[in-house]
Amino acid sequence: MKFYAYSREVRQSETASLLPTPHPSPTVVSFPQPNMNSSLLSELRAIVGERGLISSPEELHTYECDGLTNFRVMPLAVLLPADTQQVQAIARVCHRERIPFVARGSGTGLSGGALPVGNGIVISLARMNRILEVDLPNARVVVEPGVINLEVTGRVQPQEYFYAPDPSSQSVCSIGGNVAENSGGAHCLKYGFTTTHVLGLEVVLPDGSLVHLGGKSLDMPGYDLAGVFVGSEGTLGIATKVILRIVKRPECIRTLLAAFPSTNEAGEAVSDIIAAGMLPAAIEMMDNLAIQAAEAAVHPNYPNCGGLLLVELDGPVAEVEFLMQHVTEICRKNGAWEVRLAQTETERALVWKGRKAAFAAMGRISPNYIVQDGVIPRTALPQVMSEIARLSEETGLRVANVFHAGDGNLHPLVLYDRHIAGQEQAAESLSYRILELCLAAGGSITGEHGVGEEKKLMMSKMFSEPDLDTMQRVRCAFDPLQLSNPTKVFPTPRLCGEKPGEYVAHPLESAGIAERF
Amino acid sequence: MLQTSSIEEKLRSVVGPRNLRAATTADVVSGVQPQFVAEPDDEQKLAAVLSCSNEAGIAVIPRGGGTKLDWGNPAKKAELILSTARLNRILEHAWADLTVTVQAGCTLQCLQGTLAQHGQRLAFDGLWPERATIGGVLSTNDSGTSRLRFGALRDLIIGVTLALPSGTLASSGGKVVKNVAGYDLPKLATGALGTLGVITRAVFRLHPLPGSIRTFSFAVANFEAMQEMVLAIQDSKLAHTALQIRRGSGGRPCADILFEATEAGLSGQELQLRKLLGSTGAEQSSESIWNARQNLWSSAGKAVIAKVGVLPAEIAKTMRALEGISNTQSLQWQIAAQATGIATLRLEGEPARLSTAVRQLRAEVEGRGGSLVLLRRPGELDSIDAWGNPGDAVSLMRAVKHQLDPKGTLNPGRFVGGI
Repeated sequence: MKFYAYSREVRQSETASLLPTPHPSPTVVSFPQPNMNSSLLSELRAIVGERGLISSPEELHTYECDGLTNFRVMPLAVLLPADTQQVQAIARVCHRERIPFVARGSGTGLSGGALPVGNGIVISLARMNRILEVDLPNARVVVEPGVINLEVTGRVQPQEYFYAPDPSSQSVCSIGGNVAENSGGAHCLKYGFTTTHVLGLEVVLPDGSLVHLGGKSLDMPGYDLAGVFVGSEGTLGIATKVILRIVKRPECIRTLLAAFPSTNEAGEAVSDIIAAGMLPAAIEMMDNLAIQAAEAAVHPNYPNCGGLLLVELDGPVAEVEFLMQHVTEICRKNGAWEVRLAQTETERALVWKGRKAAFAAMGRISPNYIVQDGVIPRTALPQVMSEIARLSEETGLRVANVFHAGDGNLHPLVLYDRHIAGQEQAAESLSYRILELCLAAGGSITGEHGVGEEKKLMMSKMFSEPDLDTMQRVRCAFDPLQLSNPTKVFPTPRLCGEKPGEYVAHPLESAGIAERF
Repeated sequence: MLQTSSIEEKLRSVVGPRNLRAATTADVVSGVQPQFVAEPDDEQKLAAVLSCSNEAGIAVIPRGGGTKLDWGNPAKKAELILSTARLNRILEHAWADLTVTVQAGCTLQCLQGTLAQHGQRLAFDGLWPERATIGGVLSTNDSGTSRLRFGALRDLIIGVTLALPSGTLASSGGKVVKNVAGYDLPKLATGALGTLGVITRAVFRLHPLPGSIRTFSFAVANFEAMQEMVLAIQDSKLAHTALQIRRGSGGRPCADILFEATEAGLSGQELQLRKLLGSTGAEQSSESIWNARQNLWSSAGKAVIAKVGVLPAEIAKTMRALEGISNTQSLQWQIAAQATGIATLRLEGEPARLSTAVRQLRAEVEGRGGSLVLLRRPGELDSIDAWGNPGDAVSLMRAVKHQLDPKGTLNPGRFVGGI
């Protein structure tokens, strides 16, 4: 059995030594200086045309990282196919030459999912940005992967429909990226995630073949491979068409802000809301540091408090009015000293603007920050919050907290200054320790940002070897050569067990730069 | 020919002497007589007996309540029934977190009863809840009426543990509602008809029980008028939980709509519905109307029962086609269609005619991008593939099967494309 492994230099982050216990830290895999031979480059150029190929080092810099900027790898080339056939042609060349590829949407991901693989190419889907079909009677929209999330809603808004998944980056992130990451957003508490709203996919497999998973109708015969593909972080192939489900706008939407002395009281209120049998459209929480940052950045006029709760209810007017009364009472009972109902659509938009700007707003109060994405069972919130506070005190690093409180998805923001020696490593280390707290509480290392490059070593803490092995077996069915976004998600690659077709020497192997072992 | 005695000995040693018995005629699966029934009392023993069978090359049929064993194609081989009957515990109802972890053999009714003690439910209404198990409803992807509002089982399951033929117990997903770490294997297992692994436990997100519920029914003159009404309701601001279309007495199209809300909310919804329906009018109905789907299975006689999936706006066209085909073939037909486009269909009549009708209707439905899957049929129709066209991803599906069950130990031949 032959298996190609790229020769790699691994930069082990130094954080481990700062910790009392051995600790997984992200590794950056970099590959030998790329040496794309010119005939290969011409072949790729012939597929995508002159404006579909980026190969000059200056331009390639734009693609060396995604939203997680502390990992950077230069790709050999970036290709911008204009249609499915071009994606297939590129994949066939990659398959023949054993060139790894990374598909990329808008590059807003926060876990390094679109980080290039050294000695690999990036396939940007940005030019495939057409909305192909709007089918209102069936509430379906068919799009190419480069379509921006908010554009889907923009297209169906006049008929009062919307596309429900609303990651904070929705004005710039692409549907293809959302599919890769199974993006969530504030409203997934009620409406579900990207996977709830993707009914079908056209996918180019890593060998260049084309398959259709799911469809416009529900429950197409066979395995739910669309369900497996969504959230697979680009490791199973490239989606070239996506069938989305859209949702009718509810009759009314009401948004309430409640100011609590601390996140503990706010958390109690959330528990009571859930216990009362309500399923709000969104429940968001911010701590004082996050409020200050949001206030400095976009002036949402939030009350200055220890724990801010944002509760949104939607549905029929009579129902929402009745339940909002109940929510208000619950907040007051739990110590809210101010409860404010957004009176106009403008006020409501401002409330959300502050929340959605919260990450970027950290720039106002700290030179650098790391955002994490752990999930806990909601009831563990007070305990995990006090642990985070303790760790923050211990390390001397400030941590701002923004949560999707309804589903226990935490976004701790660890603030630091890159220019202070050792602080970046300490911040990274703290952010991983917070994820360990989440795991200890029975939660997950990621609720919506993905594992990517950043958290792949944490996967071994969340899953056992047999669990991970089983997932990788599924990967082997899609991508036996492991060309599609390799080195991501899993801590160690798995051999696919069978000779994957006829052996073709990699150009770098022939050149003596890489070796097979 | 299997060396029965030595295999039996091995199976007995891994699963425990009290947990293995000889199969009887009551254990027959679509005409095939299995040899043994294993009823392991923990997940490890289940995985061990599966692995032992896999090594010995004997075919394993996983079984929960046994209510849907005839779904899919007849098994090519069936030597061991692997029953989840003793894996029937609810492991954790984290009611404040709205999640539950439950073993595969727990019945739907038992689960719902426990959840109701804290005012919660799994927002899924399956067939025969008193006997159907969690493992079974997941594997068959049973799809109920509340799917319109709460999604399918795939949207409610958040974690799964699978016993694989290799003997591995593999978990994926987790116990929190929001989680994107690793592949979504809970979705892969849902609807896989037990061909990839045996589900031993599942974790679900839960919903509160509704405050009040009310059902209304209305009838219209023809399918096209019904289609218009259904689309108007779907395009409205009504917040209904379910919307079902039936063929009422005299063949007249009827629809039922379910609201779940506070009392205050319900009155508002009723007013809006009446306004929307105008002169059609609506009557309040009993909740038993939501058994319409299950009732299609109750009567005796040579019948085909099929699950049809079409686009919501093509329900009327499908019913017209069905009516035409049934008339030509002199068949009786009944249907319970949900506004999601998923319908259960019952066709009764002479087997040769049933066979023709199924082929014609399948061609019609597949031509519209939908599907027709046979759930129950008279033996004379066994040669028709239960699944129909599996699409261009069938090789990929085979590759997935090969990765997880390379020897084809689980449910051989029952799934799409010969899997």
